Amino acid sequence: MATGIKDKVAILGMGCSKFGERWDMGAEELMVEAYLEAMADAGIETSQIEAAWFSTHIEEASVGKGGIPLSIALRLPNVAVTRVENFCASGSEAFRGAVYAVAAGACDIALALGVEKLKDTGYGGLPTNQPGTLLPQWGANMSAPGSFAQLASAYRAKHGVDKDTLKKTIGHVSVKSHANGAKNPKAHLQKVVTEETVLNAPIIAEPLGLFDCCGVSDGAACAIVTTPEIAASLKGAGERLITVKALQLSLSNGLESQHNSWDGSYFHTARIAAKRAYNEAGITKPREQVSMMEVHDCFSITELVTMEDLFISEEGNAWKDVLDGFYDADGGLPCQIDGGLKCFGHPIGASGLRMLYEMYLQLLGRAGTRQLKDPTIGMTHNLGGSPSQNVCSVAVIGESGA
Amino acid sequence: MGQVGITSFGAYIPRLRLNRKAAADANAWFNPGGRAAGKGERAMANWDEDSITMAVAAARDCLGNFDRGTITSIALASTTLPFSDRQNAGLVAAACELSENIASSDVTSSLRAGTSALLSALNGAAAEQGSALVVAADHRKARAASAQELRFGDAGAAFVVGSENIIAKFLGANSVTVDFIDHFRGEGEDFDYNWEERWIRDEGYAAIVPRAVQGALDKTGVAGADITRFILPGTLRGVQQKAAAACGIPPEAIRDTLAANVGDSGAAHSLLMLAHALEDAKPGDKILVASFGQGCDALIFEVTEAIASFAKPSGVSGSLKERKEETNYLKFLAFNDLVELEKGMRGEKDNKTALSVAYRKRDMLLSLVGGKCTKCGTAQFPRTRICVGPNCGEVDSQAPYSFADRPAKILSWSADYLTYSMDPPQHYGMVTFDEGGRFLADFTDVDLGTVDSGMEVRMVFRIKDFDEKRGFRRYFWKAVPITG
Repeated sequence: MATGIKDKVAILGMGCSKFGERWDMGAEELMVEAYLEAMADAGIETSQIEAAWFSTHIEEASVGKGGIPLSIALRLPNVAVTRVENFCASGSEAFRGAVYAVAAGACDIALALGVEKLKDTGYGGLPTNQPGTLLPQWGANMSAPGSFAQLASAYRAKHGVDKDTLKKTIGHVSVKSHANGAKNPKAHLQKVVTEETVLNAPIIAEPLGLFDCCGVSDGAACAIVTTPEIAASLKGAGERLITVKALQLSLSNGLESQHNSWDGSYFHTARIAAKRAYNEAGITKPREQVSMMEVHDCFSITELVTMEDLFISEEGNAWKDVLDGFYDADGGLPCQIDGGLKCFGHPIGASGLRMLYEMYLQLLGRAGTRQLKDPTIGMTHNLGGSPSQNVCSVAVIGESGA
Repeated sequence: MGQVGITSFGAYIPRLRLNRKAAADANAWFNPGGRAAGKGERAMANWDEDSITMAVAAARDCLGNFDRGTITSIALASTTLPFSDRQNAGLVAAACELSENIASSDVTSSLRAGTSALLSALNGAAAEQGSALVVAADHRKARAASAQELRFGDAGAAFVVGSENIIAKFLGANSVTVDFIDHFRGEGEDFDYNWEERWIRDEGYAAIVPRAVQGALDKTGVAGADITRFILPGTLRGVQQKAAAACGIPPEAIRDTLAANVGDSGAAHSLLMLAHALEDAKPGDKILVASFGQGCDALIFEVTEAIASFAKPSGVSGSLKERKEETNYLKFLAFNDLVELEKGMRGEKDNKTALSVAYRKRDMLLSLVGGKCTKCGTAQFPRTRICVGPNCGEVDSQAPYSFADRPAKILSWSADYLTYSMDPPQHYGMVTFDEGGRFLADFTDVDLGTVDSGMEVRMVFRIKDFDEKRGFRRYFWKAVPITG
């Protein structure tokens, strides 16, 4: 019987590049930026890395295929490098690979690194995809904002929330993230915005305006993991140890996109992944027990419905919690304390690791001016795809023993 | 030879109607004389419509009540077929879910193609006792500021001919073939080249049409005076009156050419007018339909008692009501590829089609056929090997299941300004079918600001993408919100 991942693997070090329009660097250089910080934090040599997982989503826009780009960029000692891709949840997938390898006893120290270089396409927004040979012949002519905007119409219809209230609510989601991002020197967007600015911004995909959409950014993030025993031996006396409490991934199987039992207003996978993660981590009252979280706020509406899918807000009531400030930095459960995808930015392959990076910094008390008071449990929610067909990761980390 | 005739009919006119004054005013600086023609409106295909999609729409209107399994052949008449070599009629047949065991042909290269196709089908039906589908559609392009730009209109019409349940009995026909070049369009050319109108009127219509019409009257023994509905497309003033008078056909029998509110739909127009004439025809009506183009076809029908119980299609009258005025002449130019829009880098996406995939999935892509699980009854699109039913999961259990005509509603939607679209914002959303099944579909023929969850939609066959690099275009089904 599987016993889960709780406290079996510790994070030895983490690093994250500055996110943003990194005209100065390609993916190869961004990888090194995140890697050097993680290595300094871990206090190990390259020769100690026994295996690596490398995540990037739109490889045709930057590094190309395979694990080789990572191996070369970091001059790894000819170890196994596995490239993983699972839409926008790719970063969490890399982390999962490294953590599982350590938990399995296949290696002592493993590295996970995610990178995305999106700003070499010549146009704004996410690059257009190559979705195979059949989908282009029948799939709707969608962009990412339009696909996530679907949630808004279905949520309004289900919960009877009027258009203006919903717009104001998702507006607050973004205002909050901008306020947080302004305190993060690595964030892509570090500017406070007003509700008025958000509500009056040009529409990208009804009802989402410019400020309802996250940044399209370049960046990389890295984690080095090992066993709690090795971590304890490498860390100095009295240093706190951060361990993995839960790692869950749930993927759509076509129900949402093909079966009329799904009403379009929520993420079927997120509810499943969250339940499994709470179970794995031993969390019974998430609203009280989770200290903070980073969720996949690719669009403001995604964050809103995710508050319900993670069982923090009651179904149909997240909009009230948002408007009450429950998820603000000084609220009951701070969300996107680093600015989130919205402001820290969204270099796809790196995002899942970036979320963990912030939780890690907060747990260790290293988050500077945005440091929360004594957090013990941090949760990340990393989603890829579209509401009707997606990959959802929920991870929980915390202090060893918490 | 057994009795044959028309057993069903249908029509389609795109809902956009270009305000002719808007077009004439925009071009008045260059062609001040064009202002006189700046009256009424012309049918204007949406960016995702062409002769094939209009033919499909007309055929679906025609086949609404008809047992499709009895169709043994299809002919598609048009001078603007999207493919020079890839049978266009076969594509229409697939979109209409006709059997693959049928004969098919494209009939083209003359504005007379519509009546010629109908005549061949009638002759074939008489010989073989089968039901033949005849569809005609045209989407002709004209240069900016030309007279044709305002005269043309885009539309399609469809008929089933056969020997059972005849609503208009075929009495006989006569054709004249003369290489009279009033206009022509050479290979690879976008536009017609036109000769002087007075010559076309006097030496063309006035001389050639009566030869064909009188010949048909003589062959069938019908007197011109007994014709109650006389159909002759033509945008030149007085050609209908002259031809009728020459053959003793009463002036009150002359049918409206739909010039004021549709325009001339080329090879489809004679059949469009015939469909229109049948919509309020009474038993005993004698209809003469003539069509001019390098000669002339003339066919005579007599409406039967069966017309009274015939379930009428939406037809021309239905299409005329479903109308949206378009006053933006530049949009008309853009939709007809007459101005080069800056499409941006998102417009550079390669739309190459994997033809082997298109063939393997042809019932899904062309006919909107999914599957219905024979174990749990779940309807699903697309059809897959393992059932999507949450408590089912049966393997290879799905029987083909048609979605095109099933009632459906919008579950979720958005109007997207980011994705590349010929008609932004691009509307799309999750469309759920009342009896099961759903998919994320593009919407078309949408009025901005009217879409909402719960709205009813109907499915239409439209152009999905153009592959400009290779001269290909692909088609799929879209949802049209039903307003009002």
